[in-house]
Amino acid sequence: MKPFRYDRATSPAAAVAAVAADPQASYLAGGTNLVDHLRLGLTEPGLLVDVGGLPLHEIEELPDGGLRIGAGVANSDLAADRRVRERYPVLSVALLSGASGQLRNLATTGGNLLQRTRCGYFQDVTEPCNKRAPGSGCAALGGWNRYHAILGASSHCIAVHPSDLAVALTALDARVRVLGVDGERAIPIDDFYRLPGDEPQRDTVLEHGDLITAVDLPPLPVARNSGYRKVRDRASYAFALVSVAAAIRIEDGTVADVRIALGGVAHRPWRAHTAEQALHGAPSTVEGYAAAAARELSAADPLPGNAFKVPLARSVLTSVLTQLAEEAR
Amino acid sequence: METQIGLRVDGTRHTVRIDTRETLLDVLRERLGNTSPKKGCDHGQCGACTVLLDGRRVTTCLALAVSHDGAELTTAAGLASGAQLHPVQQAFVTHDAFQCGYCTPGQVCSAVGMLDEASRGWPSACTEPGELVRLSDAEIAERMSGNLCRCGAYVNIVAAIRQAAVDADAPDTP
Ligand SMILES: Cc1cc2nc3c(=O)[nH]c(=O)nc-3n(C[C@H](O)[C@H](O)[C@H](O)COP(=O)(O)OP(=O)(O)OC[C@H]3O[C@@H](n4cnc5c(N)ncnc54)[C@H](O)[C@@H]3O)c2cc1C
Ligand code: SF4
Ligand code: FES
Ligand code: FES
Repeated sequence: MKPFRYDRATSPAAAVAAVAADPQASYLAGGTNLVDHLRLGLTEPGLLVDVGGLPLHEIEELPDGGLRIGAGVANSDLAADRRVRERYPVLSVALLSGASGQLRNLATTGGNLLQRTRCGYFQDVTEPCNKRAPGSGCAALGGWNRYHAILGASSHCIAVHPSDLAVALTALDARVRVLGVDGERAIPIDDFYRLPGDEPQRDTVLEHGDLITAVDLPPLPVARNSGYRKVRDRASYAFALVSVAAAIRIEDGTVADVRIALGGVAHRPWRAHTAEQALHGAPSTVEGYAAAAARELSAADPLPGNAFKVPLARSVLTSVLTQLAEEAR
Repeated sequence: METQIGLRVDGTRHTVRIDTRETLLDVLRERLGNTSPKKGCDHGQCGACTVLLDGRRVTTCLALAVSHDGAELTTAAGLASGAQLHPVQQAFVTHDAFQCGYCTPGQVCSAVGMLDEASRGWPSACTEPGELVRLSDAEIAERMSGNLCRCGAYVNIVAAIRQAAVDADAPDTP
C-alpha cells in the first residue's frame, strides 16, 4: 500500500474543498471497499479525507412525506429503521441481502452507492481492464464472465454494479444529493449511474470532489408493498447473479402502479421501464407478468458464460411480481 | 504518514503511534499484542477479525485505525470477567463449537454483537417484513453468515448460539 496523508473533514464544504483541490485525494467513509482497493493497489490516493465525522448520520422526515438518508448512515442502521421497514421494505431487505452483519455496521450509504465492481479482472492489477486502466482492454470479454452484464454492456466493459442498495433506490426513484464546488444538487438515481460506453472508468456522473451528502426517498405509497429477491451462488454473503427490486399496487384486478429494478445484469442498476410500461393498467395475471419480464429481457445480449442469467432474470422477475401482487390483495 | 491515536481495548487505555495505512486489526495484533482477532483473508470476506467497536460487531481488517481514534474495542480476549467465561464463550465450549479454533474469537464476538442486534429487534434478510425476530436456526445462520469456518463446525456453532440466546432470554420483541 502506498503511503497517504489523512485528514478528518470538519464540514461538508471543507471536505469538498480538500478533495476538489487535490486530484490525488479520495473520500474515506467506512473503508470496506476503499481499504480493500488500497491493499490491492487498484487506487493509490495521496490523501484520504475522512467523512465519518461529518454530521450526515441522520434519517430525517421530509416535508413532502419522504425520507432523507444521510450519506454517513450505516447500512445496518438504515435497514433496521422502523420508517424504512414500514414504508420502503424493499430498501431494508436489499441492504440485509448484502455483505455481512459486521460489514453493514461499517458500510455507509454514500460508500455503498460508490462501491466499485467486483469483476475479478478489475481487482487484479496484472490483468487488462478498461475500467481500472483505460485503453488496456477487457479481460472479462473472453474470460470468466459468469457474473457479468447481459444488458447495456459495451465492447469496452461488461462489468455489473454490485450494490444491492442502489437497485432498491432505483426502483424507489430516489434522488442523490451531491455537494460540489459549485454548490448542492439533487440527481435522480436513474441519471446517477452510467452505462459503460467507451468510458467504463466512470461509474457515475459525479465529478472529482463531488460529495454525496444524502439520499432522498420520495413519498411512495406503492412502496409499502415492495420486496427484494437476490439470487446468488450461496444463500448468504455473496454478490448477486440476478436481483429484483419491485413494488406494485393492484386495483380491481389491474396493475395501478409498478416499479421494477434489476441488479446483477448491467453496469448500473437496471430500471425495467419496458416491463413497467407493459404492465401499467394491464390485468394482474402470472401470464402478464411473465410476458412483461420477457419483453424487458428481450434486449439482453449475453455471453456464453452468463447466458443463464436471461431466463433466470425472467423467472425471478415473474415470480417476485406474482408474489407481490398476491400480497397486495 | 505517522500519527498517534488513542484506543480503549478490553478496558485498557492505549496511546499508540501508527502509520495511517494500518488497520485496526494490524494495530491490535502487531502494536498492542492482542492476537485474539485473527487475520484470515484481510479482505472482509471471512469474519475472523471481528471485534466489538463501540459495542457493535465489525471486521477490523478493512477499518483504518486512524479513522477510529478514541474508539472502544472489545476483543474475544476481553469478554470474560475474570475466570468466568462470557455466556457465548461458555456455550461454544459446551457445544464443542470449533475444531482448530482459528475462526472462534471472530465467531464469538460476532455472536455477541448479533444477539444484541436481535434483542433490539433488528431484522435479517430472512425475517419476514413486519414479523418479530425469533432466532430460529435459519435466522442464526443468516445473521452469522459473515463468519466462515474452514473446519465446518457450523452445526455446533448454531447450537451454541441458540443456547446462548435462550440463556440470555433474548427478548423476541422489537
Ligand atoms: C466481503 C464483502 C462482501 C460484500 N457483499 C456485498 C453485497 O452482497 N452487496 C452489496 O451491495 N455490497 C456488498 N459489499 C460491499 C459493501 O456494501 C461496500 O464495501 C460498502 O457499502 C462501502 O461503504 P463504505 O462506507 O465502507 O465505503 P468506503 O469503502 O469508505 O468508500 C467507497 C467509495 O465511496 C467513496 N465515498 C464514500 N463516501 C462518500 C461520500 N459521502 N461522497 C462521495 N464519495 C464517497 C470513497 O471515496 C470510495 O471511493 C461487500 C463487501 C465485502 C468486503
Ligand atoms: S468487465 Fe469491465 S471491469 Fe471487468 S475487466 Fe472488463 S473492463 Fe475491467
Ligand atoms: S480477516 Fe477480516 S474478514 Fe477475513
Ligand atoms: S474451527 Fe477451524 S476454522 Fe472454524
